[in-house]
Amino acid sequence: MATKDNEVEDHRPLVLIHHLPSFKLPLQDRLITHFRLFDSLASPEASSVRALICVGPTPVTADTLDHLPSLRLVVGSSAGLDHVDLAECRRRGIAVTNSGDANSENVADYAVALLLDVLRRVSAADRFVRSGLWPQMGEYPLGCKLGGKRIGIVGLGSIGSEVAKRLVAFGCTVAYNSRNKKPSVLYPYYANVHDLAVNSDVLIVCCALTNETHHIINKDVLTALGREGFIINVGRGALVDEKELVQFLVQGEIGGAGLDVFENEPNVPKELFALDNVVLSPHLAISTPESFEALNEVIIANLKAFFLSKPLLSPFQQE
Amino acid sequence: MESIDVLMLCPMISYLEQELQSRYNVLKLWTAQEKSQFIKDHSATIRAIVGDGGHGADAEMIEALPRLEILSSNSVGVDKIDLEKCREKGIRVTYTPDVLTDEVADLAIGLILAVLRRLCESDRYVRSGKWKKGDFKLTTKFTGKTVGIIGLGRIGMAIAKRAEAFNCPICYYSRTEKPDTKYKYYPSVLELASNCQILVVACSLTAETRHIVNREVMNALGPKGVLINIGRGPHVDEPELVSALVEGRLGGAGLDVYEHEPEVPEELFGLENVVLLPHVGTATVETRKAMADLVVGNLEAHFSNKPLLTPLV
Repeated sequence: MATKDNEVEDHRPLVLIHHLPSFKLPLQDRLITHFRLFDSLASPEASSVRALICVGPTPVTADTLDHLPSLRLVVGSSAGLDHVDLAECRRRGIAVTNSGDANSENVADYAVALLLDVLRRVSAADRFVRSGLWPQMGEYPLGCKLGGKRIGIVGLGSIGSEVAKRLVAFGCTVAYNSRNKKPSVLYPYYANVHDLAVNSDVLIVCCALTNETHHIINKDVLTALGREGFIINVGRGALVDEKELVQFLVQGEIGGAGLDVFENEPNVPKELFALDNVVLSPHLAISTPESFEALNEVIIANLKAFFLSKPLLSPFQQE
Repeated sequence: MESIDVLMLCPMISYLEQELQSRYNVLKLWTAQEKSQFIKDHSATIRAIVGDGGHGADAEMIEALPRLEILSSNSVGVDKIDLEKCREKGIRVTYTPDVLTDEVADLAIGLILAVLRRLCESDRYVRSGKWKKGDFKLTTKFTGKTVGIIGLGRIGMAIAKRAEAFNCPICYYSRTEKPDTKYKYYPSVLELASNCQILVVACSLTAETRHIVNREVMNALGPKGVLINIGRGPHVDEPELVSALVEGRLGGAGLDVYEHEPEVPEELFGLENVVLLPHVGTATVETRKAMADLVVGNLEAHFSNKPLLTPLV
């Protein structure tokens, strides 16, 4: 039965998907039931949009914000927000959210995966078997025991805590460095990363990248970690002085490394390709369907809360 | 002091060889032109054998050594030793339990993570120089997955403890249900495989457990299931495993052991959902030394008439 066909009013709030050309937002189709989307700063809608979703490491700079005079919320899709000019957002009264705990378990799993791989030479030995060398060469070189290792966690936030919990079950001891000592945590605290490194066999880097933490793992820390020491980075490439790390690895001055992130992704120092005591990963620590589902929920929850003037789910807090 | 002849069945870490050579007259079987002749030539004097997980003594060898008193195995697996024959002849057998439990359990978890999170494949991808910005591949989360363990002995329990730290529910199959654990028991491997996502083989190899993971079990584990073998190759029907993986009936596998080591089915080399290790379950400097100390310690105890450290027979 035909009725006077009124246009159904679209009550969906407007949201900008802010993304570099090569980055897609997984599960974007789920968002359109809740929000009206567009993805270009050049669009006329840019002047009225109040919220944006930042896809992956797409930069949000003062220039970006200049195109968005009505913006009041930046929704990040990762735990790290080093690609967002947080000071500028603060200055303009723009709130910022990150992925909260959505990815913490996956990243923690990945940190442990990388550590086991480096110590027990899993990827290197898998290469050895696939090359058909086992029948010819007999035994494969011995690896290192994980149990009893002193783990130093750089940044005991959500991810660092999950890493600690897992490694304790393997018979490791845990200590940490964070900007501030955490009163409810029983693990020993070191006020600076150098001291943590002196007292650790393994450093696991899980902290946020800020001006203060840039190259927090430097020559001094690597020297303190020592020839038998290992480093795992699931934070950001720039937390580590990559040139120095490569030197240490090539010269055999450090035991090994497991790296999911690099200073200039997707470029990875080629000197590392020849080393068997290094495990290289293309920034995949969160990359599971469960992570993207959880991330999607956090993004939608933050946006809904914002448009209903309710408290945000995961406003970015500096630890 | 009379020098004691000890027959070493295969090369082992140099630390162990040195420790043996400093105490005994070591006869290296693998250097012999003709092995059975070598044994005949020394049969009047060999009082001890040192073997490992892949090299033991069958009835024939035991019968050929009338002066054999003790077999000290550098392993916890003793499926290559004719234990019945040893019992019959009053020959002591020692092995290396406990010192390697953590090491093997660590590797089991390492294999699970490597398979689920595609570590080896990712590492190959980066080393190929082909990583492009924005590329990502979905892998499978480990935390929260149900882990099924075949054999809840020392190693099985150690694996369970670690998996629990990843919030994994644990279930198991054993010959008999263990009254003092909280993990869920299934009375058959088939039922276990139907109710878990990651199946880990952690039992000892006996006539009963040969091919305990067969085609039926692998089908039950399914296209999203992952099989981890840190036990012995013959626990798994290997040709069936290969076809299950190639046909996609089984989601993935992490293998440290094979039916005919060091031969590994080449069909597996091209698969991305498989991690292949060359029997390295105990292969760390620390653990191999601890095992070696037990091997030597047991021999020393025997030859000075003291109680054996870790006797099996």
